[in-house]
Amino acid sequence: MHTANTQVISSEDNLTANDAEQYLTFKLAGEEYGVEILRVQGIQGLQKITSIPDTPEYILGVINLRGEIVPVIDLRRRFGLEKIKFSSTTVVIVIRMAHDSKETTLGIVVDGVSEVYRFESNNIQDPPEFGGAVSTEFLKGLACVDEKMVILLEIDHLVDFKMIGKVADREAIQQ
Amino acid sequence: MAEDFELDEITEIFLEESREGLDTMETGLLGLEEGSADAEIMNDIFRAAHSIKGGAGTFGFMDVSDFTHGVETLLDEMRSGDRAVTPDGVQVLLKSVDRLRAMMNEIQTAGEIDTALNEDLEKEINLMLATGVAADQGQGADQTEVADDGDESPDLIDAGQAAEAAKTAAGVRHWRIKFTPHLNMLQKGNDPLRIFKALEKTGRLEVEAVTDHIPPPDQLVTDNCYLSWNLKLSGNICKQQIDDIFDWALEDCDLDIQEAPEPAPAAKNHQPPTRQPGPGDSQESVTQPGRQSPVNHNTGKPQQTTASADTSLKNKKHKAAGAKKPAPAKAAFKESSSIRVSIEKVDALLNLVGELVITQSMLKQFGAKIESEELKELSEGLIQLERYTRELQENVMDIRMLPISFTFNRFPRLVHDISRKLGKKVELIITGEQTELDKTVLEKIGDPLVHLVRNSLDHGIEMPAVRVASGKPEQGALALSASQEGGNIVIRVMDDGAGINKEKLLAKAIQRNIVSADDHLSDERINALIFHPGFSSVDEVTDLSGRGVGMDVVRNNIKDLNGRVEVQSETNIGTTLTIRLPLTLAILDGQLVRVGQETYIISLLSIVETVLIKKTEINAIAGQAEVYQMRGEYIPIIWLKETFQSQPETLNQDAGLLVVVEADGRRAGLFVDELLDQQQVVIKSLEDNFRQVDGVSGATILGNGTVALILDIPGLFNAHLSRRESILPSDKHAA
Repeated sequence: MHTANTQVISSEDNLTANDAEQYLTFKLAGEEYGVEILRVQGIQGLQKITSIPDTPEYILGVINLRGEIVPVIDLRRRFGLEKIKFSSTTVVIVIRMAHDSKETTLGIVVDGVSEVYRFESNNIQDPPEFGGAVSTEFLKGLACVDEKMVILLEIDHLVDFKMIGKVADREAIQQ
Repeated sequence: MAEDFELDEITEIFLEESREGLDTMETGLLGLEEGSADAEIMNDIFRAAHSIKGGAGTFGFMDVSDFTHGVETLLDEMRSGDRAVTPDGVQVLLKSVDRLRAMMNEIQTAGEIDTALNEDLEKEINLMLATGVAADQGQGADQTEVADDGDESPDLIDAGQAAEAAKTAAGVRHWRIKFTPHLNMLQKGNDPLRIFKALEKTGRLEVEAVTDHIPPPDQLVTDNCYLSWNLKLSGNICKQQIDDIFDWALEDCDLDIQEAPEPAPAAKNHQPPTRQPGPGDSQESVTQPGRQSPVNHNTGKPQQTTASADTSLKNKKHKAAGAKKPAPAKAAFKESSSIRVSIEKVDALLNLVGELVITQSMLKQFGAKIESEELKELSEGLIQLERYTRELQENVMDIRMLPISFTFNRFPRLVHDISRKLGKKVELIITGEQTELDKTVLEKIGDPLVHLVRNSLDHGIEMPAVRVASGKPEQGALALSASQEGGNIVIRVMDDGAGINKEKLLAKAIQRNIVSADDHLSDERINALIFHPGFSSVDEVTDLSGRGVGMDVVRNNIKDLNGRVEVQSETNIGTTLTIRLPLTLAILDGQLVRVGQETYIISLLSIVETVLIKKTEINAIAGQAEVYQMRGEYIPIIWLKETFQSQPETLNQDAGLLVVVEADGRRAGLFVDELLDQQQVVIKSLEDNFRQVDGVSGATILGNGTVALILDIPGLFNAHLSRRESILPSDKHAA
């Protein structure tokens, strides 16, 4: 279904390449990141987040999204970037993730939304094997827009909540 | 692709309806076994089998329809009275119901049926069909056909009785019937042919059509009935039987029924013309009330069923005799007029209504701030909105509620099977099956109940000989009841068996080091030992082997539903297990508390009391565990901040409220800053988008739209204990 929709959009725009996808980009610590726009459910202003006990620091807690309880992560902390105070541009991007054939909803807190771009698959480069603040498993690839680099995220790998508790325990024991 | 999907959906409906039909058959068959060959029950069973057969044929499940055909024939013979209803016959039919149910599952899972499994049962049915009835086999087929177009067929019932009567070969009577249909009879759905067929079954029938009134072809209206008939009927038939057959057509025809003084000329008179004397023949119905008694009828033996004054009255009598189980269940089946809606749709609706409630309470908070005169109407509107939203919410919640009969319905069969296997005599008494429960709770309570019932049959109720020896009736009683008591549903499983052998139970518990020999346990505590994980059902108190899960699993299942189970038992009088369940899993009566910046919800059921304490009243044991002494009892204190290893920090360090909570017989105090509202909250899952969190059973959305966590008290205890035990580096978040 997901691919099918993409194709519909492509043909509307009279694109010959049928594997172009639109990406919503956002700012995070000066860099621009992109997520597939079809995965984006909405963009919300910051509301009160209810914290959840015994979770890693980057999980801010849960919010109410139209009656559904949705966890929210701080992407800066997830990527080990410097913590900053939330500003007026700080937003929560709500995305759908796929986990073992189950779809879940997740909110990610970012510094601010930026643009919507279309990238064809041959314009997307594989991520470099090392370097950069972000572990490569979260990366789908890199794309260029007007000399500017956009880091495309592999959303499904962003968090595996089933593992979180266990990871936290393991970290605690190792320390 | 789309076509496949549609077909699947139709198949799904067929399966669902067939399963309902099978349930009806089962209930009916079990009712029969109690000895009442009630024509109405018999017809219900037959009809259910017939529609399964028809449906299976339509949807191309020929194996199902072939198999059902045999069953149907057997049923038909029983219904028409050609075959006595024997326990063996019922057993075969019950087995067939099981097999059919299995076939439904096979269709659903595999899409096809393993016909090899049918063979044995088919042989059994065929054997039964081959033996047994001497009566004309073709008759059965005819009757099936008749039933095809007749839903409700009072005529057939009496045809059956008539067939019985015919076999007695006594008192052949001869009737002349002049049957003149009104022109419009066919339009009203009455078929003369069907009537003739029914008549034919009662005896020898001769039909002569009167064609005098047929108009010339140009005036002919195709669906008018111009024919009339002169019928001659001979056999052991009374007028009432004939009347009953014509009952439906009575308004649409002229009927003249005369008893012929002598054998009708055309009838080959191979039966002695021993006609019962008396001009009052047609009224003889009232004469022999004794023979009408249900007991007599129940034997299923052919007997001369003299016409009763009124069929419905007769049926009422039978109902009274065999009413205990089949009647209410049947009533429930018949009365429900409903639509099928998937549970997802209902849940989506519930979600939306939940949102509406939240929006409404936001508006209410906002409205409370407005003082202006002009906006008076607005605030009045808000009050109305509140009332309607609340009602709407209650109504939507109500959709999820189903009568507990959905769960109870399986027990007559279960009890029948198990008691038969164990050689015990047990009467099952079900009450309160209309009590309503949330669908989720309903689905999850089935298995624990099965286990409890099985236990009562196995360990509770004694063998007939033992019962008689101890001065009890040979037949044991097992009562299954449901009722609503306050906000709870209470289900009881009661038996009048031997009761729990406390000495033996205690001895076993001591032997297994579950309790120490020095402990002086109250009877209550001893009885509660059956729920201890150390006692598996095997090698239980009575040394009879049980099956499946142990009682501790039962208790855990019930606990998962936020319910609890208690046991009372008296030696030689019986055992009662009482299960208390919340009405619904979707709603919780909660106490909102504030801890630091966070709001948590504690189930009101688990709160014992709340005390205002000072920090200085808290004692530390070995510098670690903190306790508060409340009326001589030391209550350990749980700091949410510590257990959750996170932010909520009690703002007031010197004094606070201690909420004393209880779970699994343990108590602890939760330190909170403030008690907020008490309110019903809608429970939402954290697991849908996140995962399970220790110490938290779920979340809810408060009036201001924010999320609050619902504390899971037993889970909190465990989390607290494990934190205390494992000396982990205290705070990984500190870094």
